Amino acid sequence: MKPAPFAYHAPRSLEEAVGLLAQFGYDAKLLAGGQSLIPTMNFRLAQPAVLIDLNPVVELSYIRTDADGGLRIGAMTRHAQAEHSEQVARAAPLMHEAMPLIAHPPIRHRGTIGGSLAHADPASELPAVLLTLGGRVQAQSRRGVRTIAADDLFVGIFTTSLEPDEILTEVQLPPAPPRSGFAVTEVARRHGDYALVGVAAWVVLADDGRCQQARLSFFGVGDGPVFAHRACALLQGQRPEPALIAEAAQVAAAADVDPQSDIHASAAYRRHLVAVLGRRALTTAFARAAGG
Amino acid sequence: MTTSLPIRVTVNGRVYERTVEPRLLLSDFLRHELELTGTHVGCEHGVCGACTVLFDGVPVRSCLLFAVQAHGHEVMTVEGLSADPNHLHPLQQAFHEAHALQCGFCTPGFLMALLPFVQSHPDPTEEQIRLAISGNLCRCTGYENIVAAVKLAAAKMAGRPTDHLVPTGHHSPSQGGGA
Repeated sequence: MKPAPFAYHAPRSLEEAVGLLAQFGYDAKLLAGGQSLIPTMNFRLAQPAVLIDLNPVVELSYIRTDADGGLRIGAMTRHAQAEHSEQVARAAPLMHEAMPLIAHPPIRHRGTIGGSLAHADPASELPAVLLTLGGRVQAQSRRGVRTIAADDLFVGIFTTSLEPDEILTEVQLPPAPPRSGFAVTEVARRHGDYALVGVAAWVVLADDGRCQQARLSFFGVGDGPVFAHRACALLQGQRPEPALIAEAAQVAAAADVDPQSDIHASAAYRRHLVAVLGRRALTTAFARAAGG
Repeated sequence: MTTSLPIRVTVNGRVYERTVEPRLLLSDFLRHELELTGTHVGCEHGVCGACTVLFDGVPVRSCLLFAVQAHGHEVMTVEGLSADPNHLHPLQQAFHEAHALQCGFCTPGFLMALLPFVQSHPDPTEEQIRLAISGNLCRCTGYENIVAAVKLAAAKMAGRPTDHLVPTGHHSPSQGGGA
């Protein structure tokens, strides 16, 4: 079980990496943390002719807080760096709380924020976090720089709207308004495994205690992170009473998600988990919003 | 066409220079090129943790890194825990005393995943220990004695009393006795 041969390039700068990707295009794969790519190469499910290793591109590793309180995270920032970052804990507590759910410490020492998002595994946490927070990513190619909203980034299983010559360089998260609350939770067979179902919730309360905004995304139940439009619409402008929260979670399970059966869980069980986890996440998020 | 590349890697404090194919995994580099076979290879897709080594001081899967990526970096394997086979590292000694292994296949991975943990957690809770070893599989012990060994190791390394920390029903082979 060894990877097929490939040519290896280790650019020292983003400019050099962009140039290599422009040169090799579809034949090349970008190597970030490698915690998903290298297993698929070991199994020869992936056999890229060229690997462009982004690990030496140190300029892609940073965490910055904007003047408005938003966060910019360089794509090569490791999961472990984000997990232990005071800035992330303060400005993006939803991301902070999601970090320990991602695999295990040795994986998080290598895995990267940008790599997770570009890989777009439907069962992974960070795409749902980005979608829930209404974040964006920045992508760079020889043709220039563009910003992609989370809504437009995830287009299918392991598929993003990144072009073959584009490198995801930065993750941008908006500042948290006052009276906002969040929660992330999941059910997995074993701690650190991919979730059977997971959910990320972010809510904002108006001054009168009504729900000004609710954002709820599930993972493990579709082609990518699934935004629960109907559940969120139900909560909009309403008082977040337990009965309404339970109803919203039921609506999410019945109408927002379309889970599949596999060896790990049936579609019916996943739907059940959507209702249970959705209720728990919303309850926690609203309580935190009311408390803060 | 792939070209072999010269690399220079520091492993257990010693500098090695080799020319390797880019597709050579760090785990195979350690075992086959450097003949450091203490690093074990289990699943080769990052699940079992048997191949865990320290890479620039933090535990990583050596099966999920290419040897070329280690160029200019520092690796520590289980062989680096103790220079003298007659004097185990306190973490190894604790595994020995607490019966934290049976077949031993997973042990190097556990030790390397745990080394920075016990160094930074002088008095870890059971929950902290279980999270620290959550990425390592052991099919023999049921983990109970591994958790006990980590508590024992932390106490040893912090200079605290250890008498109460060896699991009941076991006694160290160094104390004599037999099956």
